[in-house]
Amino acid sequence: MSERNDDRRKFLAAAAAGAGFVAIAPGIRLVEIAAAKPDSEPVTAKVRWGMLIDTTRCQSGCTECISACNKENHLGETTRPRTDAQWIRKIDLKELKTGRVLSLPMMCQHCANPPCVDVCPTGASFKRADGIVLVDRHICIGCRYCMMACPYKARSFVHEPHTDQNPEVPRGQGCVEGCTLCVHRVDRGGTPACVEACAAAGHNAMLFGDLNDPESAIAKRVREVKTTQVRADLKLDLGVRYEGI
Amino acid sequence: MKAIAIAVLWGLTFAVAYAAEPGRTPLPAIEIAKPGQCVEPKDVIRRDHMKFLRHQRDLTMHEGIRTKKHSLNECISCHASPKTGSVIGEGGFCQSCHDYAAVKPDCWDCHQPKPGQKSVAGARP
Repeated sequence: MSERNDDRRKFLAAAAAGAGFVAIAPGIRLVEIAAAKPDSEPVTAKVRWGMLIDTTRCQSGCTECISACNKENHLGETTRPRTDAQWIRKIDLKELKTGRVLSLPMMCQHCANPPCVDVCPTGASFKRADGIVLVDRHICIGCRYCMMACPYKARSFVHEPHTDQNPEVPRGQGCVEGCTLCVHRVDRGGTPACVEACAAAGHNAMLFGDLNDPESAIAKRVREVKTTQVRADLKLDLGVRYEGI
Repeated sequence: MKAIAIAVLWGLTFAVAYAAEPGRTPLPAIEIAKPGQCVEPKDVIRRDHMKFLRHQRDLTMHEGIRTKKHSLNECISCHASPKTGSVIGEGGFCQSCHDYAAVKPDCWDCHQPKPGQKSVAGARP
């Protein structure tokens, strides 16, 4: 690699970082950012979306991530909290011997080997090439096997009919659903609503990014500090990791 | 036998004639609020819109392809009634024709029949 070429690369990298989305025409960008794929391109296994949750920063009693999820995906419309869909929930843990307490959000862990996909009789529960585990409601028959198979209690059944959906997040009675990692935002180069809300609240306990990209903030972080997969003994290779548990 | 055949033919001729006559047969009230060019020729989209939607739905769901051409949300944003803001209900673009054809699509069990798609911008760290 010549020196000139190196300079050019540095310039391009700086331009990409500074200019953000420089659009020449709709859909065509001066500097293509690796994260934002064009709408016409399928997702690939080159990307593995993941999330890192720093439990030392997560505040007990704070529910910003839950409210953001409910707002984005139009959950929690009814007044039946026992049966309402829940895509993300907060858990408070206490180590009995030492009295150490910590709080963390729990949701679909976006496993590389998801048990919900193994048990689904129709193929509705599936893993996208980029590691996001989803339910195809067009195929889901609402049998709820996946809810039983999931070790993280991450899936919910929709008991009530809905009319107030976000146009980007179709959902309705009779199907199972769970955290989509805000796939409609991620496909357009955004971050999940919970991550955004956590940062907006100043906690910065959630970090979202591409685990396969060695330059991404999340990949650097998991390389530097010890992170934990919940129930790692199940060998599910989770996309969501926790720090400080 | 021949007589029956002729009678049937006569009957058919009348039926066709009556159908063509305005006012005799109820027709779907299709209101097009924003006249313009659809993404496909009119005769193609009328017959095959369900195939386009189905194809696009699988691509979007499983491969994350979010092109606008055959997206249901794009249909809705163009065809929503200015009165109700929806493609279903009284005078709704989708419902008026499906009622006429006695077809009950289950799109609206999950999908939002009103436009309002938010485009999410914002860069990742």
